[in-house]
Amino acid sequence: MGNKQTIFTDEQLDAYQDCTFFTRKEILRLHSRYHELAPHLVPMDYTNEPDCKLPLALIVDMPELKENPFRNRIVESFSEDGMGNLSFNEFVDMFSVLSEMAPRELKAIYAFKIYDFNVDNYLCKEDLEKTLNRLTKEELTPEEVELVCEKTIEEADLDGDNKLSYADFENMISRAPDFLSTFHIRI
Amino acid sequence: MARSVNFDLSQPDVEIGLESPADEDVVHDSFSRLIEEQSENNRLSAIELQDLQQDLDEEGRDSLAGLSGPAYRGWRLGSDETEEDDNERQTDRLLQDKLSSATLRILSSMPSRTIGRSRGAIISQYYNKTMQLRRRRQSRPAIKDFSRSARPSIRGYGVEVDTTDSAESKKERLVNNLQILSVGDRERMLRAMPLNLSEKKELRSLTLKKTKTHSSSKLTCCSRLKFYIIIALRHSWYSLLSFLHSLQLWQTRLKKISGRFGSGVLSYFLFLKYLLFFNVFLLLVTGAFLVLPQALYPPKLHAMRRSFTGLELLTGAGYFSDTLMYYGYYSNDTLQRNRENCIEGNISSSASPQCDSNYPSYNMPLAYFFTIGMAFFITCIILVYSMSKSFGQSFRIDKSHAMLAMKAFCSWDFKVIKKNPVKLMSENICTQLKELLAEVNHRKFKNTLKQKLHKLLVHGLAWTICIAATTGCLVGIYYFSDYMHEQERLHDVSKGRLLKEASLLALPVLVSFINLVLPGLFNLVADMENYNSPSIRTYVALSRNLMLKVSVLGILCYHWLSRVPAESDCPSSKDQDPTCECWESFVGQELYRFLIIDFIFTLLDTLFGELLWRLFSDKVLRRKRRPGFDIAKNVLHLIYGQTLAWLGVLFTPLLPAVQILKLLLLFYIKTSSVMMNCQAPRRPYRVSQMTTIFITLLCFPSFLGASVCVTYTMWSIKPSGSCGPFRGNESMFKAGKNWMDKLEKENPHLSLLARAHTYLVENPFFLFVGAGIFLIVIYFQSQVVDGQRKIITLLQEQIENEGEDKKFLISKLQSIHEKKRTPARRLTSQDSG
Repeated sequence: MGNKQTIFTDEQLDAYQDCTFFTRKEILRLHSRYHELAPHLVPMDYTNEPDCKLPLALIVDMPELKENPFRNRIVESFSEDGMGNLSFNEFVDMFSVLSEMAPRELKAIYAFKIYDFNVDNYLCKEDLEKTLNRLTKEELTPEEVELVCEKTIEEADLDGDNKLSYADFENMISRAPDFLSTFHIRI
Repeated sequence: MARSVNFDLSQPDVEIGLESPADEDVVHDSFSRLIEEQSENNRLSAIELQDLQQDLDEEGRDSLAGLSGPAYRGWRLGSDETEEDDNERQTDRLLQDKLSSATLRILSSMPSRTIGRSRGAIISQYYNKTMQLRRRRQSRPAIKDFSRSARPSIRGYGVEVDTTDSAESKKERLVNNLQILSVGDRERMLRAMPLNLSEKKELRSLTLKKTKTHSSSKLTCCSRLKFYIIIALRHSWYSLLSFLHSLQLWQTRLKKISGRFGSGVLSYFLFLKYLLFFNVFLLLVTGAFLVLPQALYPPKLHAMRRSFTGLELLTGAGYFSDTLMYYGYYSNDTLQRNRENCIEGNISSSASPQCDSNYPSYNMPLAYFFTIGMAFFITCIILVYSMSKSFGQSFRIDKSHAMLAMKAFCSWDFKVIKKNPVKLMSENICTQLKELLAEVNHRKFKNTLKQKLHKLLVHGLAWTICIAATTGCLVGIYYFSDYMHEQERLHDVSKGRLLKEASLLALPVLVSFINLVLPGLFNLVADMENYNSPSIRTYVALSRNLMLKVSVLGILCYHWLSRVPAESDCPSSKDQDPTCECWESFVGQELYRFLIIDFIFTLLDTLFGELLWRLFSDKVLRRKRRPGFDIAKNVLHLIYGQTLAWLGVLFTPLLPAVQILKLLLLFYIKTSSVMMNCQAPRRPYRVSQMTTIFITLLCFPSFLGASVCVTYTMWSIKPSGSCGPFRGNESMFKAGKNWMDKLEKENPHLSLLARAHTYLVENPFFLFVGAGIFLIVIYFQSQVVDGQRKIITLLQEQIENEGEDKKFLISKLQSIHEKKRTPARRLTSQDSG
């Protein structure tokens, strides 16, 4: 296109285009958003792949995530170190998975990671309770929460181990046609 | 695809599927700290150990309940092999662990627990996927593409190779596969992998490097050229995508809307955008093939060309009636460069020899006929394609029972980002969960007979009211349109010209008024009926609205296509009366008027329904709740407008331009109004389902009705004799036939084509056969769906059985380990004791 931008080399942009669901312009826009979060930390020149990570607190301050009850879990699921520190690659990855064009399977994998609060590869009762409390901002009584968790596990657990494995979760998601449209953040 | 799990207990450090445990450590660091703290606090004695052994003898159902913590611990065992002794880990009371560490180690490496977790597992999984893809794309992968570590007997069959291969070799094999796939497949695979971006980039660079080394070694010049062409095409495709993306209409506005109102309201605006593209396409087609050629060769103007008064914008008559806008303007002969030499004949087949010049000629009637036909055909294809895609996304084969689970996991709309709407959404979800719980708990609640009868009576009364109101309005429209049409033809000169033209607006005003008021009545009636389930209420409202609009359009089509042409054979008068001269232009003008008045009434509705109501409710009623945005009603209104546009394309080739302007203005007005005055709908709105329904409604009653009307017009109605491209023919369709005859006359070799045309196109038998075949295909597909439903239930039973098997095997495994350990313990306790 002949854009004179010096942030990325052309190969880098091509790599980003091939590996994510974003186009060049969107990636440059994402970079400017990333830069905005911490202008003194994030370099403008990414041609030599600087190792720069932004802490969780800065990322969840973004307007797209600020009011989301799962914001901490979202950022943690995409961070390599599990603490929520995102490099630019992970930042792009996060928004790519949450974009419109990501397929259902990919979104289901990350949704499972997000709802799995204790990171044990299962959605156990505690995970469900935490999810529900965050969804309803603790408006449900504990008995109701308990009941909902029981019923949820009852409905979705196929192999009878009283927790939802990824296969159970994916099966349940496949029955919810709205999942693709709700699990989507516009950036 | 059985994985070989190594049950050899003497090798305690078998980590199946784990390539680099150190990496996993980093991921679960926080949890590992928790485990260490807890295990430090609890050191168990041998007594508790024995208690546990006794507990294990009973096969409890919840024997797997404590797998969360220890399963995780299994991950870390690779790095902490020295402290793998069971004592501290296994018997942590807080985590209610009952299984031995050996069992846990094995369990932790089960395939189901490694999905999406370990990098190695993901690479293996995607290696399998790429193998499957390759098998699908070609019959058998070339043996030379396999690395040497694959076993010879399974080379080329894509079978799961030894799991004891290292990460590096797995990665290498995946890269091999990726390199062999086509570019599109490779990109799709790369994008869909749940690895993080830096690893994907690494895979990609490895793949490209391999491709380069491969290609540079044995490429001939042709293949290299092909390679460069493909690269160039990809670059241009990306730049096109970027360009299209920068054209993204209204991106920021839509984001604001979705941030405050969620996906439901957003779907209305997305539907609007979708309709806009249809109209742009129609405009491009008619503009390029009809308007432009005719604009370059304007016909002789009528002597009495009316002057421009402001009223034309509303009525479409007057100055506009002799312009490119309407059918009547278009000439019926072949457009030539040197027109002066041509005799302007009335029948297209008569062409004087001087007209056959070397300049390209443009057969207007044929162009008109084929342009409209092609536009409708392509629109049909696009509609059916998007309908099937949308249907595929939202259709679920089995009846979903997992309502609570879906509500818990899929109902949070991540697009909503403002504080108050988020709060509102939480409240909504809370309410819905409570309702679902109540429903689930009290499912046995049955109505008594008296209550059922009462409900039936109320519903019957409501439907009677609705149908009666609709019928009354239809009858009113019928007689009023008849009356107005008579008034037109009376040529009452006592009325001023302006008044006469303004009276043309009476029918559109009446119809728009009915379209505005009657849905409000339906809403009131639905409130009275008091439905239990909000989705049923939505469907009932939708069907009543639809019934109204379809019948109104039906009456209007009857009026335009039966009455107006029939009464248009009036004696030749010098008066420029549009109904006498050119009924097609008149119908085109009517449709233009309907569109404009419809737009004005929508504006009024937005003004009164949203703005004033919000002010009223804020200031006077002092309620906190703002009016909601009724998505279904608005979308149905859009569909109604689009039907009018499609009906009118034949008579008014520039009508899509009017519709585009209308949609653009509507977008900005509606977004501003919604942002200022409304709040998100309280009732749950199933976005995918409703979008599918709306696209289906756009395709079936709307587009199908419009195309049926247009086809009927082309086939059976006699075009008016004094204007338009088809004047003099018996029907518009005959233009095609005339052209075929002319071709046959000029070139006898084409008689086969002419005969094919006669038998296939004109003979309705062919259409019946085609329709019959389609119906049979649909029937077969529905049978396939039924079969798949049965398969799904069978598979679910199978999964449950496998779950039982798994529990059984785990408990058996546990008992084996316990038996092995118990003799050792007895020895040590005997020694110490």
